[in-house]
Amino acid sequence: MNEQPILEVKNLKQYFKVSRRFTVKAVDGISFKIMPGQTYGLVGESGSGKSTTGRSIIRLYKPTEGEIIFNGKNISGNMSKDELKLLRTKMQMIFQDPMACLNPRRKVMDIIAEGLDIHHEYENEQDREKKVYEMLELVGLSKEHAHRYPHQFSGGQRQRIGIARAFIMHPQLIIADEAISALDVSIQAQVVNLMKKIQKKTNTAYLFIAHDLSMVKYISDHIGVLHLGHLVETGTTEEIFNNPIHPYTKSLLSAIPEPNPRVEKHRKSQTYDYESSGINYLEGTKHLVDGTHYVLATDEEFAQWTR
Amino acid sequence: MTQNQALKEFQFQPDDFKLARHQDVSVVEQITPARPAWKDSVNLFLRNKGAVIGICCIVIITLFAIFAPMLSSWKYDDINTALQNIAPNAEHWFGTDTYGRDLWVRLWQGTRISLFVAVMAILIDVVIGVTYGMISGYFGGKVDSIMQRIQEVINSIPTLVVLTILLMVMQSNLFTIILALAFTEWIGMSRITRAQVLKTKEEEFVLASRTLGASSFFIIFKEILPNIYSQMIIMIMMSIPNAIFYEAYLSFVGLGLPIPEASLGTLINDGFNTLTITPYQMTIPVIVFSILMLSFNLVGDGLRDALDPTMKEM
Repeated sequence: MNEQPILEVKNLKQYFKVSRRFTVKAVDGISFKIMPGQTYGLVGESGSGKSTTGRSIIRLYKPTEGEIIFNGKNISGNMSKDELKLLRTKMQMIFQDPMACLNPRRKVMDIIAEGLDIHHEYENEQDREKKVYEMLELVGLSKEHAHRYPHQFSGGQRQRIGIARAFIMHPQLIIADEAISALDVSIQAQVVNLMKKIQKKTNTAYLFIAHDLSMVKYISDHIGVLHLGHLVETGTTEEIFNNPIHPYTKSLLSAIPEPNPRVEKHRKSQTYDYESSGINYLEGTKHLVDGTHYVLATDEEFAQWTR
Repeated sequence: MTQNQALKEFQFQPDDFKLARHQDVSVVEQITPARPAWKDSVNLFLRNKGAVIGICCIVIITLFAIFAPMLSSWKYDDINTALQNIAPNAEHWFGTDTYGRDLWVRLWQGTRISLFVAVMAILIDVVIGVTYGMISGYFGGKVDSIMQRIQEVINSIPTLVVLTILLMVMQSNLFTIILALAFTEWIGMSRITRAQVLKTKEEEFVLASRTLGASSFFIIFKEILPNIYSQMIIMIMMSIPNAIFYEAYLSFVGLGLPIPEASLGTLINDGFNTLTITPYQMTIPVIVFSILMLSFNLVGDGLRDALDPTMKEM
């Protein structure tokens, strides 16, 4: 592929200073690329730094170290006004909790039009209304919903409102921070299908953060496995699912429930414990398996795992 | 063993399952008319009987306070020693006080001043208290620490001391009282506001606004403020009787209004001295005062409910 990546993260580090002596290393040097119109799934357990990565990229936090290149511009340092505006319009976020991410005191119309209001991207009242109605239609809601308050909707509908709010700016990259984790399973499928449908239509790239591997497998083109702030394995979905190298990835994959109840009965999940495994992420380096499939390991570990 | 093997090898075929139904567009159960949010609030407020009665009482009392002293043939500081402590009759509707002053006029004159103090208390709460609390809570960090220390220092000085110092350089009148109120009255309000802002600014919808590039101004006024209305209204409604009583107290200890002037507080205090002999001197101002307080509270409750969209279905 000789296309320019829409987002390139190079050696991103995000530390939080808790006190004078103690610093939390939430994200510790991760690198990946996202191509336009593609979906990159970021998986890992709770506290592995998935959400922090997303928030650092959209600059809710100031990255401690590393580079974030969005659309050919470095956005990890101090930004100029134009760069900031580009970031705030062309990169959007969908949040985890559909109950908390919509202001309970504002009507859906105002919530969705918020981006337009902030960047003054409409000509008159009718134009604003028309754009909001278009977005509502895109996410499978109807015009009449625009004049209601968030508490009058179900969880799935609220998440659609959240998606509409993000897409009204016609973003090139959407960071979906556990966008479906708070929904029940039947609604998850609806929302994921909706996101895929919109992606086909608009060629938007997704950074899809989740802990549910089966969903990630369904939506992603590339997958990155994050553990304790380190990207332990990354590659295309096929590479990761067909040939997992890292023991942590293997344990994650073995935890996916099988739809076939007879097979599920005999499924054994592998356990992985960082403390007792003898693996030190800090000593590991990136090893190429094949294609775009990389794994974080020392030379000995790599030889042992790929044997 | 062979059975186990067979189980493991069993696979579902792609056509084993069929899609039952596919529905992506949700159905609208009821059509909500498009109208601005403030119209909803007005409708909701008018549907609350208590609040409407409250606002009517406030309007009537205000009209009386404005026009009654103008239209009466008596004046609030006309002393007539021949007409001391007369019970209510056709000529003096609410009787006269110890100095023979007409209480009808004095009552409405006093209500005027008490209402003025109440309005000033609201203004002080909103302008100083809310602004201070919002800035302190929203920006946090060093700004917050410094602003909180300043507030603690101000709060630690008794208002009476401030007022006594003020009286050394200024005349004892209504303006001095308002100034003294402005000095400390806003602190409770700013504390409540700060606490609410601290809570609300961590919500995800504020983060969402920030990812859309909203300015601090936008976030404070469009995102945070509508969510803390109810606490603020309750606080304001509580501070009104406080301010009125405080004014009465200051007048009572001789630091407030100069002698011939009247307020509801001073009337109640004066009437209290002769409660057993001339009960009407205290009862009437107390009734007016109570109606006023009740009305303010009813209106406050009504406002709080009207501004909360989750109440709309009821």
